[in-house]
Amino acid sequence: MHRVLPRIALGLACALALAASPAHAKTFRYADQGDALSMDPHMFNEAVQLSFTANIYEGLTGRGKKLETVPLLATDWKQTSPTVWRFNLRHDVKFHDGTPFTADDVLFSLERARGEGSDVKMYVGAVKEIRKIDAHTVDIVTHDPFPILPSMLGTWYIMSKAWCEKNGALRPVDVRKATENYASTHANGTGPFILKSREPGVRTTLVPNPNWWGKPEHNVTEAVFLPIANAATRVAALISGEIDMMEPVPLQDIARIQSSPDLKILQGMEARVIFLAMDQKRDELLFSNVKGRNPFKDKRVRQAFYQAIDIAAIKSRIMRGISVPTALMVGSMVNGYAPELDKRLPYDPEAAKKLLAQAGYPDGFEVGMNCPNDRYVNDAEICQAVVAMLARIGVKVSLTAETKAIFFPKALRRDISFAMLGWTPATLDSHNALFALMTTPGEGGQGQFNLGIYSNPRLDELTTRIASENNPATRNAMIAEAFKIHADDIGHLPLHVQPLVWGMKKNVEMVLLANNFILLKWVTVK
Amino acid sequence: MSRATLGRAWDSDLFYSFRHSPVAVAAAALVLVCIGGALLAPWIAPHNPFDLASVDLLDALAPPVWASQGKAAYLLGTDNQGRDILSAILYGTRISLRVGVAAVLFSMVLGVTLGLLSGYLGGRVDALLMRIADVQLSFPAILIALLIDGVARVALPREWQAGMAVYVLILAIGLSGWVQFARTVRGSTLVEKNKEYVQAARVIGRHPAAIMLHHLLPNVMGPVLVIATIHLATAIIAEATLSFLGVGMPPTTPSLGTLIRVGNDYLFSGEWWIAVFPGAALVVLVLSVNLLGDWLRDALNPKLR
Repeated sequence: MHRVLPRIALGLACALALAASPAHAKTFRYADQGDALSMDPHMFNEAVQLSFTANIYEGLTGRGKKLETVPLLATDWKQTSPTVWRFNLRHDVKFHDGTPFTADDVLFSLERARGEGSDVKMYVGAVKEIRKIDAHTVDIVTHDPFPILPSMLGTWYIMSKAWCEKNGALRPVDVRKATENYASTHANGTGPFILKSREPGVRTTLVPNPNWWGKPEHNVTEAVFLPIANAATRVAALISGEIDMMEPVPLQDIARIQSSPDLKILQGMEARVIFLAMDQKRDELLFSNVKGRNPFKDKRVRQAFYQAIDIAAIKSRIMRGISVPTALMVGSMVNGYAPELDKRLPYDPEAAKKLLAQAGYPDGFEVGMNCPNDRYVNDAEICQAVVAMLARIGVKVSLTAETKAIFFPKALRRDISFAMLGWTPATLDSHNALFALMTTPGEGGQGQFNLGIYSNPRLDELTTRIASENNPATRNAMIAEAFKIHADDIGHLPLHVQPLVWGMKKNVEMVLLANNFILLKWVTVK
Repeated sequence: MSRATLGRAWDSDLFYSFRHSPVAVAAAALVLVCIGGALLAPWIAPHNPFDLASVDLLDALAPPVWASQGKAAYLLGTDNQGRDILSAILYGTRISLRVGVAAVLFSMVLGVTLGLLSGYLGGRVDALLMRIADVQLSFPAILIALLIDGVARVALPREWQAGMAVYVLILAIGLSGWVQFARTVRGSTLVEKNKEYVQAARVIGRHPAAIMLHHLLPNVMGPVLVIATIHLATAIIAEATLSFLGVGMPPTTPSLGTLIRVGNDYLFSGEWWIAVFPGAALVVLVLSVNLLGDWLRDALNPKLR
């Protein structure tokens, strides 16, 4: 008898535990091909991470369902002089740990976001200082007039000063050094969801914030985020009902998912351009058999690479016809996109060979290439295709395709010669792309993702002027001029605007955003 | 080889049993086809899948020739990069066999040496070696292979990695498989070392190394050959597993496992031939090697005669 009793007790406990979870709980399980690398909103400027932490943290401003700038932690703002903006902060907002949100947190978050280790410097680079007027009013002072400031602040998330001080997380850890601190695995924001548990690379669980200042539009009682790198496994998980939503849907499986009676596809174009960066700074490439000189410093070599890439074949075979090849570094939904400049140099391997020969490499050369394999749509497949295309003009590329947790720290240390990157301007404005990708790297976050350290002083100057230009026509003319300079220099090898494809159960309603932010606050499960 | 030797081989017990086992003959024929295809790949394959300059992305995802969209140039269709599947299988089998055979030889040399030492010397050497073996047996061989592979990847400079992938695999799979050899050889050695011929050799003062090499080794090799054959199949599977997990052969020089991994992503969308044909090739290769190993085990076991 004494052996049976514990078993009965155990059985009862199990039955109770099962009964305790209500059958109608709206647990929302969703998968991405890669994890958010950290819970620290200032640690890494990447859409998966910024999108995930946007459920927990909020900025003074944010984006609405049409990606328009909307007030979040600020209720309203006005420009009091060309370089001064008065922001009124929301009252009665509490962080998840109960401490009230005040102007001190804004001042603290500025210093944290522009200090050592931060990867989001570019979003506050224009800010000279923030003056506290009272507990719920601040004046943001910019170095120069900066008309798009409210939009720019949308991806600068506010952290609690008291919490960061208490837990020794005053600075974000440097993504290039890949270490961790308290804020990498814990979170304390003001947003609609609270971090319940975090297992890096496995699962991250969020629960709704009962004290959120806004009115919830979602009906999620728990959200589980699962990174599933293998595309086929991700599709299988969705088809079997193990998850409610996943992205990106492998392009070859769109039809399969659409044909399922329980599943649906949300599809659009992402505001993300995929391109290749070439090291144009070093005097000798890190990974090449060319010694004593850097072939990428020669425009003819860059042009040869450009013209060797058969973008139509990549579109039709790898992207299944739903990418948009581009000659620019921004897509058509981004302000400043110039259709008249969006004309690629023709695919011409013969011309490419000639250019290589003229540059002194009649038999090509060897170069190492780095790609992520869990970040962009078919990233590794695209790189592999590029490797084969370059082989035809005699360039022997050794490809390293690896997970983004290894790829990005390497790329940001500039430990690369030739690499793939994708970029969505967070502000949906061309200035962001110019500033992050094409200007000479500097202290204020400019050129932060300019992996090849392309540099042209005229483009740098234009980018600075674009930031403070108020007149839209003049501004767009300057953007076009900057794009033309970059295209003429062949600073990067643009490939295409990638499609945005989410797959989900039919009973799930979501808002598809062109910046590929998956925001739980707009998820409803019927 | 003279006619007499051939005749003796033909009349031997082993060959007699082989001739009278249709399964063994069929398995041997399949193994020979696989080995022949692999060895002759550069001459018989219609394309060279490793020559990237010859690959055309526009030919990608062509179905097998008998399907409606099939192209005559690609008998079994093409993969997502436009490589001919048939050629990729032939070249991939070449890599799989090369890794398998080399890894087994490596395991065998290491395992037999350690097993002989352990069995003959006994004492502390025996205790140490067998405890290491116990530890290694307590977790799956594939984990050890993954570990060695991971360490090698971090330790090797980047420019060597692509070229060294094959050797890293051989080392990883070889190191993960020595225990079976060592255990078996140790057991046989323990039995043999007390027999008269060994004691006689010891009495006349032969060096222990000479005793192990000349007297013991020939008498413990029978079971080793059986294990080696069966282990070959395991090693080929291990290589395919590592490549399938993405830590084996790079996609630019695919082995069978790499091909199956690539094809795995296209199973839902109906492009089944990318995974199925390399998978079938792997099954045929491993099954025939295994059947041959089974037959050899039975043939060499006097109790089953």
